[in-house]
Amino acid sequence: MVVSLELRCEIEELFAEYAAVLDAADLERWPEFFTDQCFYEVIPRENYDRGLPLAIMRCESKGMLRDRVVAIRDTMMYEPRYLRHMISGIRVTGQTSHGIAVEASYAVFETLVDELTRVFNVGRYLDRIVHEAGRLKFAEKHCVFDSVLVPNSLIYPI
Amino acid sequence: MTTATAPTTLDRRWPEAGVTRVPFWAYTDPQVYEREMSLIFCGESWAYVGLEVEIPHPGDFKQVMLGDRPVVMVRDEQGAVRVFVNSCAHRGVKFCRAPWGHVQHFTCPYHQWTYDLQGHLRGVPFRRGLKHQGGMPAEFSREEHGLEALQVTVRHGVVFASFSPHVEPFGDYLGPTMLAYFDRVFDGRALRLLGYTRQRIPSNWKLMFENIKDPYHASLMHVFLVTFGLFRADQPSAVCMDDTGRHACLISRRGEQRATPDTADIRNLREDLKLHDPRLLDPVREFPGDVTVVLQTLWPNLIIQQQSNTLAMRQIVPRGPAAFELLWTFFGYADDTEEMTLKRLRQANLMGPAGLVSADDSEVMKLSQDGIAGYTEAAGVLEMGGHGTENTEHMVTEAAIRAFYQYYRHVMGF
Repeated sequence: MVVSLELRCEIEELFAEYAAVLDAADLERWPEFFTDQCFYEVIPRENYDRGLPLAIMRCESKGMLRDRVVAIRDTMMYEPRYLRHMISGIRVTGQTSHGIAVEASYAVFETLVDELTRVFNVGRYLDRIVHEAGRLKFAEKHCVFDSVLVPNSLIYPI
Repeated sequence: MTTATAPTTLDRRWPEAGVTRVPFWAYTDPQVYEREMSLIFCGESWAYVGLEVEIPHPGDFKQVMLGDRPVVMVRDEQGAVRVFVNSCAHRGVKFCRAPWGHVQHFTCPYHQWTYDLQGHLRGVPFRRGLKHQGGMPAEFSREEHGLEALQVTVRHGVVFASFSPHVEPFGDYLGPTMLAYFDRVFDGRALRLLGYTRQRIPSNWKLMFENIKDPYHASLMHVFLVTFGLFRADQPSAVCMDDTGRHACLISRRGEQRATPDTADIRNLREDLKLHDPRLLDPVREFPGDVTVVLQTLWPNLIIQQQSNTLAMRQIVPRGPAAFELLWTFFGYADDTEEMTLKRLRQANLMGPAGLVSADDSEVMKLSQDGIAGYTEAAGVLEMGGHGTENTEHMVTEAAIRAFYQYYRHVMGF
């Protein structure tokens, strides 16, 4: 798909910012990458490939993203950890009036404070990106992960 | 192979205090683990295998682990559910490699021995030799070299299997009380499979059962549950067991998001918390009566979860003394409306490896194992609600854990 250099740069910048915010655990900024009526899910590949809808995180609006953040900050009990996102192979797969379809591969490394760093979650983003008030935002983000066996718990968004 | 034989006698003595103590070596000792795999998972028990809806057509199969043993659940040509070992009768190869799928027959990749959907050996290449050389001895009988089949029982769409030919009928195994709670969720309606999730938790498998038999922690640790009243000590609740103590149910009712004198010890109740999108927690009543949550633990490997409208099987697969896999199968009913399916999918945010509630549990189970592993001569204390193992009409009790260990000691000979 032919995409202008400018748009390509803009999309790469969006992913770089997204990763930076998550890696810094700056969770309050995470919902701002999305539209109000967004759809976000983290779904095992075995479900996605078979058309089974069950996701391990499912947010159907920016409000639900915020609720997830509040829960992570205020209600959930978990060990401290660092995450690091590597996003690559960003490519535009379609452009319609509904937005830009973008796919990318990701790998997330997790470091618990007293353990060796491990590959925590690997998969791909299947996204729909739209322009909103001069910025690119995610209208849809499906994190389809290959590593279906989750090492213990998945606390932070992918 | 078939039924288990007990490993050599273990030099372990349970503490004098009985079921009010759990020695920490029970969570760490490899010999204890080996005995558990034989006597509990492959002994006189009905282990959960899967749901019929996962294999709707003849030839559909799913791989499953029962304890340490790989098995295959398959629907045969006549429509019956079969469970047999996933280990070739020739040299032991785990012949079925796909996690699920559809086959006409199973062929081992190593020497291409072929089995039909009932596990009978149908083909042995070069059985008669080649150019009058080699081949199996004349007396080799295919009938004697089929795949070892397990006992299978199916109740209202749920499949259980046993390595023991002497296991009691399933209804007796559950007992009337547990059977009634089982039938509450599995009332004969066709199910709809919603999907899977799996996690590997770095703790002993028994800690998972303890967790779901422990209403005491639920009211304290799970701020999300407590705050939104989904499970809270000030609500009318109950803990009940079967006659043996091996199975249990935790039963409760939803309450309001409001502090009362009874919630004074629940420091984590957050009256101020409001959801930005209330659709996340918008349950509707779907079962008879006013009970809104029943968590049923069935010996040796199953938790049946009904929390509001989120329904799931949680299957426990031990992976050595210090780890287990928890395999979640979420489902609804075939006659659910799309709105109901959406509720189930939204409420699934509470559960699984990223669950707003259950991630607390996987995290704390790791901390348990971390704290236990270095102190194997110490023991855990189970005295909340007294010393007994009887049914209880409140949540401030560890009776169901004591009941579990009473039966555990009986099976394990401790």
